[in-house]
Amino acid sequence: MTAIAETLDFDEVLEHFDPVLGLEVHVELNTNTKMFCGCANVFGGEPNTHVCPTCLGLPGALPVMNGKGVESAIRMGLALNCEIAPWCRFARKNYFYPDMPKNFQTSQYDEPIAFDGHLDVVLDDGEVVRVGIERAHMEEDTGKSLHVGGATGRIHGAEHSLLDYNRAGVPLIEIVTKPIEGMGHRAPEVARAYVTALRELMLALGVSDVRMDQGSMRCDANVSLMPKGTTEFGTRTETKNVNSLRSVERAVRYEMTRQAAVLRAGGSITQETRHFQEADGTTSPGRPKETSEDYRYFPEPDLVPIAPSREWVEELRGTLPELPWERRKRVQQEWGLTDEETRDLFNTGAADLVAMTVDAGAPVAEARSWWVQYLTQQANTRETELPELPITPAQVARVIALIGEGTLTHKLAREVVQGVLAGEGDPDQVIADRGLEVVSDDSALLAAVDEALATQPDVVEKIRGGKVQAAGAIVGAVMKATKGQADAKRVRELVLERCQ
Amino acid sequence: MNVIKQTAAELAARIHSGELSSVDVTQAHLDRITKVDDQLNAFRHVDAEGALAAAAKVDADIAAGNPPASPLAGVPLGLKDVLTTKGVPTTCGSKTLEGWLPPYDATVTRKLREAGVPILGKTNMDEFAMGSSTENSAYGPTRNPWDTSRIPGGSGGGSSAALAAFEAPLAIGTDTGGSIRQPGAVTGTVGVKPTYGGVSRYGLVAFSSSLDQAGPCARTVLDAALLHEVIAGHDPMDSTSINSPVPNVVEAARQGASGDLTGVKVGVVTEFSGEGYQQGVLDSFQAAVEQLRALGAEVVEISCPNFAYALPAYYLIAPSECSSNLARFDAMRYGLRVGDDGDRSAEEVMSASREAGFGPEVKRRIMIGTYALSSGYYDAYYGSAQQVRTLITRDFAAAYSQVDVLVSPTTPTTAFRIGERVDDPMAMYLADLCTIPANLAGNAAMSVPSGLAADDGLPVGLQIMAPALADDRMYRVAAAYETARDAAAGGALINQIPEL
Ligand SMILES: [Zn+2]
Repeated sequence: MTAIAETLDFDEVLEHFDPVLGLEVHVELNTNTKMFCGCANVFGGEPNTHVCPTCLGLPGALPVMNGKGVESAIRMGLALNCEIAPWCRFARKNYFYPDMPKNFQTSQYDEPIAFDGHLDVVLDDGEVVRVGIERAHMEEDTGKSLHVGGATGRIHGAEHSLLDYNRAGVPLIEIVTKPIEGMGHRAPEVARAYVTALRELMLALGVSDVRMDQGSMRCDANVSLMPKGTTEFGTRTETKNVNSLRSVERAVRYEMTRQAAVLRAGGSITQETRHFQEADGTTSPGRPKETSEDYRYFPEPDLVPIAPSREWVEELRGTLPELPWERRKRVQQEWGLTDEETRDLFNTGAADLVAMTVDAGAPVAEARSWWVQYLTQQANTRETELPELPITPAQVARVIALIGEGTLTHKLAREVVQGVLAGEGDPDQVIADRGLEVVSDDSALLAAVDEALATQPDVVEKIRGGKVQAAGAIVGAVMKATKGQADAKRVRELVLERCQ
Repeated sequence: MNVIKQTAAELAARIHSGELSSVDVTQAHLDRITKVDDQLNAFRHVDAEGALAAAAKVDADIAAGNPPASPLAGVPLGLKDVLTTKGVPTTCGSKTLEGWLPPYDATVTRKLREAGVPILGKTNMDEFAMGSSTENSAYGPTRNPWDTSRIPGGSGGGSSAALAAFEAPLAIGTDTGGSIRQPGAVTGTVGVKPTYGGVSRYGLVAFSSSLDQAGPCARTVLDAALLHEVIAGHDPMDSTSINSPVPNVVEAARQGASGDLTGVKVGVVTEFSGEGYQQGVLDSFQAAVEQLRALGAEVVEISCPNFAYALPAYYLIAPSECSSNLARFDAMRYGLRVGDDGDRSAEEVMSASREAGFGPEVKRRIMIGTYALSSGYYDAYYGSAQQVRTLITRDFAAAYSQVDVLVSPTTPTTAFRIGERVDDPMAMYLADLCTIPANLAGNAAMSVPSGLAADDGLPVGLQIMAPALADDRMYRVAAAYETARDAAAGGALINQIPEL
């Protein structure tokens, strides 16, 4: 038997198969209280301090619906172009797990609050892909298990487990896409772009913190392959533990190459849950299930049906903020940007910052250039996000103004920005402390120019002979002598004046 | 004057006038419990300290000239062990909750405390309210004070036996399929299942959420009405609690006691007679109907054809909900834990604990419910049962368009002997034949003593049913009937009970 390669080359995958994706994204709502009780909905906290009889599932305790959670779900549904159910219920999803206090999750089953919508997703090259939304439904989060001892941190092999129910009952929305087909080699990118777009949408709606690192946004990626030329979906796997935007893309890509290798070798795909391994970008099978899970859903008898009136739904539609794609279109028009410039502006996450810098008095072109180019590079070098950089739009606007006044050259301006990033204070403070102002005193400059001319008489001859471009050598020498603080344009003018 | 033989209304009047102290009244009942409960096992737990402290507070209030906290302030009560009591054991008749001290009060418990009602202790019951004889209590059966070889009904046999044995003048029961009314009938006491949602379920350890309803138990209709008004009312902690005024049941009971039922239309449910009905029960019922006619009521026969399917529908819905409600008893957060030896997994400990903690009837219903909800069977079982429920609700609606109240025997037979039906679940389930329809429809229903059966000399109950939110109607009819029956019989039925 020949060894089977674990993965197939990505291009080869696409020669033989069409990928089909399905993405399930869980978003924790940022309501003040949990979904069915009055406990605070906050991340972290001492274990088991944000709990009560209801979210601990104590005997006799009952749930009461959080109206704000329902409102957020409806707004989210509207922003995803979904239908909003005129009448729907919660259902119980029954299964046993220690971090689930009631051993059923209060969720929605065949009556989701929102269904049948879409989200337009912009890819890196500006192409727009419409991702169908199957449904968005409300449910409650579980507690957290901490498995102590053992090598893996998973329940198997652990010496004991600790349970923290602070998260139990936190409102969640699960958004499920329709099958995403026909994306070919772009499938992994579409997956990332979709989750990115969803994240921007949640931020714009203000309904969630969408921190993937804190688990307030979680993505499960369903991937299957169908042989080219066929139309029947292959067996899918569901990859969990995908905790960053980049991981979404990597996980989908890896599953495509892994499944293709299995299929090309004549094997078949096991329908299973897999875990994404951040370290090497692979997926590994979860614990095999002996029997398929039967959740025995039935309508939650402790809660009354939700029947949002059409008036209320329309009122909520009126509260939707400008949605990300609408804003993109508006900004492009207002600022007169090309498609490529618009893409860079939004892909770097600089749009808000540029807008604030413009509001602080800077011209659009300069503000955009600083944030999209130089500051984005700085963020990348520091492995952080643009908004996390320790510099404010007002500070950037001040730097831009100082360039305009001639107080700073571009090179000096970058030094000033470095100073601000290093925590040395406002731009003016940095300029004063580092002595970075442009040397604009002609007498001081003339001395330097004369000195340079005196040391290079042959160049002076050339200039006087009409070879004006030879002045560069003198300018260079002056700049070197002034440690770059002189305004090169002015130096050049002085050199030419002296040689007349 | 024998304090323990007084009605709650009489005791309240004497306590509020200062003639009797609540402490003395409470102590008299505690003494009675000490004296006779060995023969009955009506109380699971006696809280003498708590009851006397509450009584002392009432006495102090009255001595200070303050108005009583409620019309029942100072009158002690037995609370079914299915309602949580902060810091006082709440076992639900199950081993799984042995030793559990709830950290919170049920809303009913809270209302009783606020009303100044001393809680003598917790009354015995079928495990998790599943049963019709109180033989399913993990702590031994309760015996019927009329004949200690017989059952006191169930699941609330402890509450009804405590009333009949003068251990308490008032008690609280819960009624899922007849657990207040059937024990009332077989012990010659009054039991009321209010309209579903009339009394909060918060803190009532759920058996079947869509059917469970707490209600008052007493020896007279007026006492039941007084207690009804103490515990009823909207509760924001229970989503299924009705947000409308409590029907004025006390006034209705007082009005009814005047004895005139002219203009009241009474429907006799024709389905509740014939095979399976004890002759002595049918004779007593017939006499009761004649009594109502004599009081001026117009009596007509009403057919409710779908009532025939109530029992099978109930035995699908109630177990389905119970299979989910009881899932939380997993040994992780509270309750019995067995097999936690450091080698077993959480699942194994859960499984072993549930095996050890639940009795056979509870396991039987969990299994029936798990099966009925499982994929592929849901529509045939749970789904069909819900359709039957709709049909029964329609039968009631049609009936109430013609009559004000419906009447039937509360139970097909008088109290059976302990052990007689334990091996025959179907025979046991038939005890609730007449009471279940009102639970399925969410309507009000009650049982009032209608004398002793001629064939065995045991108490028989008359069931009076009324539409949802029309609880006052049945109280009026019940009070009129009670007054007339007692006058004709030369005293209250309870006076005929043999001395223990
Ligand atoms: Zn809580």
